[in-house]
Amino acid sequence: MEANQSIISFSEKTSLKVALVGNPNSGKSTLFNALTGLHQKTGNFPGVTVDKKSGYLKLTPSLTAEFIDLPGTYSLYPKSLDERVAFDALCNPENEDYPDVTIIVADASNLKRNLFLVSQIIDLKMPVILALNMMDLVEKEGDVIDIIRLSEKLGVKVVGVSARSKEGLKALKQALLEPIPVPQYDFIDVKKLASEVIDKITEVVNLKSDFEAFQMISNFSQIHFSNKNSDKKDKIAAILNAKPIDCEKLQSQEAVDRYRTINRIVEECITHQSAIKTESFTHKLDSILTHRVWGYVIFLTVLFFIFQSIFFLASFPMEWIETSFVVVADYAAKMLPQGELTNLFINGILAGLSGIVVFVPQIVLLFTFIAILEDTGYMARVSFIMDKLMRKFGLNGRSVIPLMSGVACAIPAIMSTRTISSWKERMITIMVTPLMSCSARLPVYTLLISLIVPQTTGFFNYQGLILMSLYLIGFIAAMAAAFTMKWILKSKEKSYFIMELPVYRTPQWKTVGLVIFDKVKLFLLDAGKIILAISVILWFLSSHAPDNRLVTIDKKYESPEMVLKYSPQEREVISASEKLEASYAGILGKAIEPAIAPLGFDWKIGIALVTSFAAREVFVGTMATIYSVGNTDNSQTIRSKMKEEINPKTGLPQFTVAVGFSLMIFYAFAMQCMSTLAVVYRETKSRKWPAIQFVFMTALAYFSSLIVYHLLK
Amino acid sequence: MAKNLAQLKIGESAVIDSFTDKRMALKLLEMGCTPGEVVKLDHIAPMGDPIAIRVAGYLLSLRKAEASTVLVSLLAANI
Repeated sequence: MEANQSIISFSEKTSLKVALVGNPNSGKSTLFNALTGLHQKTGNFPGVTVDKKSGYLKLTPSLTAEFIDLPGTYSLYPKSLDERVAFDALCNPENEDYPDVTIIVADASNLKRNLFLVSQIIDLKMPVILALNMMDLVEKEGDVIDIIRLSEKLGVKVVGVSARSKEGLKALKQALLEPIPVPQYDFIDVKKLASEVIDKITEVVNLKSDFEAFQMISNFSQIHFSNKNSDKKDKIAAILNAKPIDCEKLQSQEAVDRYRTINRIVEECITHQSAIKTESFTHKLDSILTHRVWGYVIFLTVLFFIFQSIFFLASFPMEWIETSFVVVADYAAKMLPQGELTNLFINGILAGLSGIVVFVPQIVLLFTFIAILEDTGYMARVSFIMDKLMRKFGLNGRSVIPLMSGVACAIPAIMSTRTISSWKERMITIMVTPLMSCSARLPVYTLLISLIVPQTTGFFNYQGLILMSLYLIGFIAAMAAAFTMKWILKSKEKSYFIMELPVYRTPQWKTVGLVIFDKVKLFLLDAGKIILAISVILWFLSSHAPDNRLVTIDKKYESPEMVLKYSPQEREVISASEKLEASYAGILGKAIEPAIAPLGFDWKIGIALVTSFAAREVFVGTMATIYSVGNTDNSQTIRSKMKEEINPKTGLPQFTVAVGFSLMIFYAFAMQCMSTLAVVYRETKSRKWPAIQFVFMTALAYFSSLIVYHLLK
Repeated sequence: MAKNLAQLKIGESAVIDSFTDKRMALKLLEMGCTPGEVVKLDHIAPMGDPIAIRVAGYLLSLRKAEASTVLVSLLAANI
């Protein structure tokens, strides 16, 4: 019987693959989170650099459903990378994510536009359930949707849900267990748009629906064919070459036809009962939030608040984390036998772990704010009021938050560029964000400023002015670099700003929590690995030396004459300095001296540049070790030691104004943060981008320092 | 009166007639801006660009360059 063939039942299976697909802002992710909770994992869609989120739910003791959260899309036209992922997963049965069932999530309060994607998927003739989300909002607006009628009109199962309040989830789960009808009739007759070619294609390729053939015609170049299907590809290409088709016109006609049918269905299924309330609330709020004065005042206040929180609130937990690691390290040093392994554990691994975990508070704070701004709908307005300004620099309205967060720390900032949908604009944002002066540069600036700029009193404090200028220089460099990259970077993808400004809603704490959890996990596992590895390498470089040189130094300071001359503490400090000089890091610092001499740097600064790669603030600690200052907390001592340092060639003080400024400019521009590089690698999923970033920033730093040094010398 | 979408003033409503850019049209069509649909200009960003229009029951933002590819007729109520 034909009717039976069109109904698919999964009651016999043990696992079920369910794809979640829907428009951006349809509440798809909220539904995904509500269904799977913490049983989620992040992976990759095959062959592309788009994150794939999947989650699990036991429907019955013997049946587990795997939910795949496909990227949000307005249509099935594979234009952007995200859309291609969704398109391929739904249209290509060979795709590992090809679902048994597809749940289409639609925003019921915005039914017309959401039904467009629904109608396309219906025409693919695959088993679907339509989850009509945000039913609570529809009710609040005083509208009534006739779900039974809608289901009849569309020919698919429709379940009303409110993912935020978890209403209707039970019904949705139940719907998965029951037999699921496959749409029988075409939503629109695509065949009449290109009947001849569709007939020819269905002759050579076995397809489930005319719409699939239609997609092959209109999006041929975007469709992925496996090697096995290369003959299919050739056949279709031959048909298309024989009769050239205006694809854009074809798709436009399709869209117009679809909306014509949708308008009819919506009219039949929705009853408006009262004037719209939520919209007018959103309208009023928008009048303030996008106002030409208040809009910016409010945005700057929000930014200021975020920035202050990351800067100050995070400093407390960061200090606890560092202190706890010191306590653990001290304890381990006491308990473990002395030796190479203990040394590796304490100074390599523990120090590396501390350097990773210490970023977590900043990441948590920034993403708490970002998730709230995103969830309430305010982020879209920020893009709206900033787009014109940012566009001039090849950036996007959404680049503002990452750039400003970069002042605190580039790591969470770069992780927050995900919301920028244009590839080119996102890349530029990622590339220039580390030029913003982050909080790790602050200790370096403070030390150097106090070294070369005299302390003045009164309203114009030169030290403060210089510090401010350094932040400003970082910002200008970021914008200039963005402007340059705008011309260099080529992109086939056109930058659009056609996007929905969603209705304002209260944020959802579960969503906020899951975003934070996800980001922290991502950072600790993915970037953390790289950071830990480099930490261990740096530890090795600074604590090992060729030919037992370190042992010789130890022996030298154990000799009776040294023991008489210095206290044990003094001996430890002096020998540490000598050991660092003898170490591989010291050798490296000396090796790069010829290269950095034109900038006014000696090998001692060279060593600090090498070790700073772990994190910029390590500069201060390295300087303390080199200049044999036992107590690193005492910057006064480091400063006076550095002031006394004499350049052997000139006989004058080493840290002149020229050297100081040259060094500060170097730290302002150079890419000296392995954690940032690790995150850029994670976010771009390519070695190319962190490599380019490293080279361009280091080159910028080198030549800027060169100029500064020679101007001031 | 024929105009393009970027020329509307705040609060004005118009009916979409046609598009001048085929690729842009496709993007706008899938977002519900179909010929015959009524649109209303709700907000203009502080620097004059982008703009936000009400269409198909929701708020859509687009740049002026994008909006200027949409030809519209002002609704009689506005004239």
